[in-house]
Amino acid sequence: MEPTVGAQPERKLVEMAWDPITRIIGNLGIYTKIDFANREVVECKSTSSLFRGYSVFMRGKDPRDAGFITSRICGICGDNHTTCSVYAQNMAYGIKMPPLAELIVNLGEAAEYMFDHAIFQDNLVFVDFCERMVKETNPKLLEQAERTPAPHADVHGHRTIADIMRSYNPFQGAMYREALQMSRLTREMFCLMEGRHVHPSTVYPGGVGTVATPQVFTDYLSRLLRFLDFAKKLVPLNDDLIDFFYEALPGYEKVGLRRTLLGCWGSFQNPDVCDYKYRTMTKWGRAMYVTPGIVVDGKLVTTDLVEINLGLRILLGSSYYDDWEQEQTFVQEDPLGNAIDKRHPWNQTTLPKPQKRNLEDGPYSWVMSPRWFDGKDHLALDTGGGPLARLWATALAGLVDTPYVKSTGRSVTIDLPRSANYPERRYEWRIPEAGANTLERTRARAYFIVYAAAMAMHFLERAMDLVRQGDVKVFEDFAVPDDGIGCGFHEAVRGVLSHHLVVRDGKIANYHPYPPTPWNASPRDEYGTPGPYEDAVQGLPIFEENGQESFKGIDIMRTVRSFDPCLPCGVHMYLGKGRVLEQRHSPMLGLGAR
Amino acid sequence: MARTRSGVDEVHILWISEGMSCDGDTVSVTAATNPAIEDVVLGLVPGLPKVHLHNKVLDYSLGGEDYLAVFRKAARGELEHPFVLVIEGSIPNEHVNGDGFWTSFGNRPDGQPKTLNEWIDELAPKAWGVVAVGTCATYGGIHAMAGNPTGCMGLADYLGWDFRSAGGLPVVNVPGCPVQPDNFMETLTWLLYQAAGLNPIIPLDEQLRPTWLFGKTVHEGCDRAGYYEQGDFALDYNSPKCQVKVGCWGPVVNCNVPKRGWMNGVGGCPNVGGICIGCTMPGFPDKFMPFMDQPPGAAVSSRLIRTYGRLIRTLRSMTNDTVSQEPRWRHDRAELTTGYDPRWSTGGAGARSYREHERELHASHPATASGPEPR
Repeated sequence: MEPTVGAQPERKLVEMAWDPITRIIGNLGIYTKIDFANREVVECKSTSSLFRGYSVFMRGKDPRDAGFITSRICGICGDNHTTCSVYAQNMAYGIKMPPLAELIVNLGEAAEYMFDHAIFQDNLVFVDFCERMVKETNPKLLEQAERTPAPHADVHGHRTIADIMRSYNPFQGAMYREALQMSRLTREMFCLMEGRHVHPSTVYPGGVGTVATPQVFTDYLSRLLRFLDFAKKLVPLNDDLIDFFYEALPGYEKVGLRRTLLGCWGSFQNPDVCDYKYRTMTKWGRAMYVTPGIVVDGKLVTTDLVEINLGLRILLGSSYYDDWEQEQTFVQEDPLGNAIDKRHPWNQTTLPKPQKRNLEDGPYSWVMSPRWFDGKDHLALDTGGGPLARLWATALAGLVDTPYVKSTGRSVTIDLPRSANYPERRYEWRIPEAGANTLERTRARAYFIVYAAAMAMHFLERAMDLVRQGDVKVFEDFAVPDDGIGCGFHEAVRGVLSHHLVVRDGKIANYHPYPPTPWNASPRDEYGTPGPYEDAVQGLPIFEENGQESFKGIDIMRTVRSFDPCLPCGVHMYLGKGRVLEQRHSPMLGLGAR
Repeated sequence: MARTRSGVDEVHILWISEGMSCDGDTVSVTAATNPAIEDVVLGLVPGLPKVHLHNKVLDYSLGGEDYLAVFRKAARGELEHPFVLVIEGSIPNEHVNGDGFWTSFGNRPDGQPKTLNEWIDELAPKAWGVVAVGTCATYGGIHAMAGNPTGCMGLADYLGWDFRSAGGLPVVNVPGCPVQPDNFMETLTWLLYQAAGLNPIIPLDEQLRPTWLFGKTVHEGCDRAGYYEQGDFALDYNSPKCQVKVGCWGPVVNCNVPKRGWMNGVGGCPNVGGICIGCTMPGFPDKFMPFMDQPPGAAVSSRLIRTYGRLIRTLRSMTNDTVSQEPRWRHDRAELTTGYDPRWSTGGAGARSYREHERELHASHPATASGPEPR
C-alpha cells in the first residue's frame, strides 16, 4: 500500500486516531493520516499499550506450569495457549498422548472455534454492519438494503438485507441475541471436554483429566446438533450481507486489501500420526486436520512445520524493548541439525524498556514485529483473522480428507449432517477472487464455524469408537528432563500460535509464546515494513458517506476488526474532528522516509 | 416490588479492563445466565435500576473519544447518575518505569497514553461502588507472579484495604481466573438492588469477597470428596478419584465451582478431573506452584486418612453389597412372603424391621438364603 513515487498531487492530511478500539479483545490504538479530498487513508500506525511480561516471569518456573500460566495470556482464546503449551511440553518431555486425549483436545478446541468465531462475528464485528451503524455511516446504503431482497431468505428467514442488518442491532437484534445464547451452548461443549472456559482445568501435558464416559460425549453431541441449526443458517446469511456490500459499493473489495501473505500453523492433531517428535514434525504436521502452510501471492510456499519453524524471526524497530543480540543463545541448532537464528523465539530474551510513545519516528508499541524469513525477505505475514489463512492453506494443500471436510486443491468442502430444522447441507469455501480483504476475512469466519462443527462431528465419532472398545486412557505419565527443548504449533482462533520452550536444570530457561495478534498488530520493523493492520489500512479507500466533520471511520474499523484483534491490545479520535497537517507530497510519508 | 426513596433509578457501569488483564472476565460474564448480561441491560430483572453498561468488548461505539466520553465525564464529576466502577486486571506499579507506561486507557491531553492508575485515582473516589473482577484485579493474580517486571497488585492494595467509595462501600472483590460467570452477575445484581434501596449492604468477608459465594471451600462442594474420606486417591489424571495427590488444592481454597459448575451446571475443576490451582485466592499463583505437585499439607492429611479411610471403604463395600441386593420377598413363587397382614398387629411385617423380617424368611426358606440372590 506504499504510495507510488512519482508526480503526486499535494495532499492535505488529517490525523485521526481511535484509542482504545472497542469490540475487540485487549488494548489497541489505531493512528491514521487521512486524505479526505481523495477519500483515502494514507498512513496508519497500530499501537498496543499493555505489557505484562509472561516471558519474563515464567523463567525459572516448573515447566509443567506453563499450560496453566500461558492460558492467562488471553481471556478469549486462553485454551489455545494451554493446548499449544501442552504440544510444546509433549515434545520436550517425549510424550505421545493417548489417542482419546488427542480427540478430547480436538473436540474442546473445535468448540472454542465455534464459540469464539460466533460471538466475535455476531456480537462484535457485525455491530459494524448493523442497521443502527449503517444508518449513521452510510444512510443511502441502508435505503438500498431496505429495497434489496436477501437471496437466501428461504434458509435464514430474513427477507431483506436491511432485515439482516437489523438482526445485528446490539442487544435488540434477533441474531445478536441468538448468538449470545449459542456462545453459551458452545462454551458448555467446551467445558465438557476441557473443564472450564476460557482457562481450562482438565488439560495437562501428557493428556487430559476429562472422565471419558459415554455421557460426556453424548452431552457434547446433543449440543452440537443444536448448534448445527444455527451454523447452517449463518453461512448463507453472512454470504448475503457480504455480497450485498460488493454489489452496492463498487470498489469495496479494495477495503482492507493487502498482498496475500498468509500464515497457518495447523490445527487438530491426528492421533494416528502425531508423536510430538521434532524429527517427524513434517509428517505429523501434514496430517493435521487444518493444514499448516504459508501462502504468498496465491501460492502455497510450504506445508512443512520444520521449515515454518526455521523461518520465524522476531524483529524490533518500533517496540519498547532492548535488543537481545548480545544475550545468551539457548538453541544453536534444532534436533535435525538445522541452525537456529538468533532472532528465533527459542533464542529471544525479552528486555522491556518502558518509554514515551513516539508515533512519528520512534518506538510506539509494546507489540514486537514477528516476521517469516523466506531466505530473502522478512515477510509480514498475517492470519486474515485466522479463518482466511486456515481455509486458504488447507484448500491449496489438498491433504485434508475426512467424511465431513475435504480439501479439493482449490476449495474446501464442508458437509453437515441433518439437524432439527435443516437437511444435510454442503458448503464450499473457494479461494476468493477479491483477494485478502476485509470482507473475505469476515466471510471466512462464518465458513470456519461450519468447518469446526463438521470436524467436531468426525472427532466425536472417533472418540465414541474408542470408548465403545473400552479404550478410555486419557493420560500418559512422564518425567520432566533436566534439559530439553520443545515447540508447539497450533491455530489459535485468530490464527498462528507458536510456543517455544527451553528447559534447563528442570526449570523454564526460556519460553516465548507467539499468538496471532503480534503478527497482525505488529508495528513497523527495523526495515520499515509496516505490520498487517497498518498495511491493510494504508491506502484504504473510504466509502463512508460522512465527511471529515462527522467522520466515524467505519471502513477502517471494519478492516481492523476483520483481523479479529486480540491484544491483551486500541482508535482514539483525538482532537475530535482531526488535526490538519501541513500539505505534503505523499512520497515523503511513511516508508519512504525511512 | 416497592422501591425505597433512597434508591436510584439509573446506574452507569464503567468497566475498565485495561489492567494487567486478558479480558477473560468480561468474556466470562457473557456466559452468565443467572442473570444473563442481556437480562440486566434490557431491564428484564424486576427492581433493578436502569443500567448503562460501558464495556470495551461489548460497546456499540467504534472506540476512541466516542467511547471515552462517559469515562471523561465521570472523571470530571459530571455524570448525571451514580456509577459503579469495575476494574479488570491488576494495577501495575507506574513508579518504576521511567517515562513509560505499563498499561493505558486512552490518552492524556498531551497525547501520551493515560495510565490506568491515573483513571483509578480520578474515578474511584467518585464511584458509588468499586468492584474488582477477577483474581488479577482483586489480589494481583497471575501477572503479580514472583519475578514479574511490572510490580502489579490488586485494587485494594492500590486504593487501600480501608478504602470507601462514595456509596460507603469497600472494594468489592469477585475473584476467579476467570471469574465464574454467575458469581459476578449475582454480585452485580446484589449491588444494583442495593443501589435501588432494596438490598442491605453486601456481606463481604475479610478478603472483601461476597460471603455467600466464597464462604465454603472447593473441597466442601466437591463430589470427589467421598473418595478422599475413604483414603482413595487418584495417582494420575486417568482416574475419576480424589486428585489431592496429583495437585488439587481444593481443601484449602475458597471457591464454589465444583458445587455450582462452571456454566449452567456444566464443567468445573476437580469435580471433572481438573486439579484446583487456587485461582480465586490472594496467594495465587505463587503459593500453589508447581501446580501438578501434591500440596504439602495434603501429604500429611492423606497419610493420616489412609488407615481410617481404608477401613471405612471396606465396611462401606460390605454394606454396599447388602444394599445392592433386593429383599427376599421379591419373587415369582406361588406364595406371598412379603409379610402382608391386612390389619395392624404388632406381629405383622409392617411393625417389624427389615432385618427381623429377613431373619424369619431365612428360617422358613433356608434354600433361598444361601448364596447370592437371583437377580
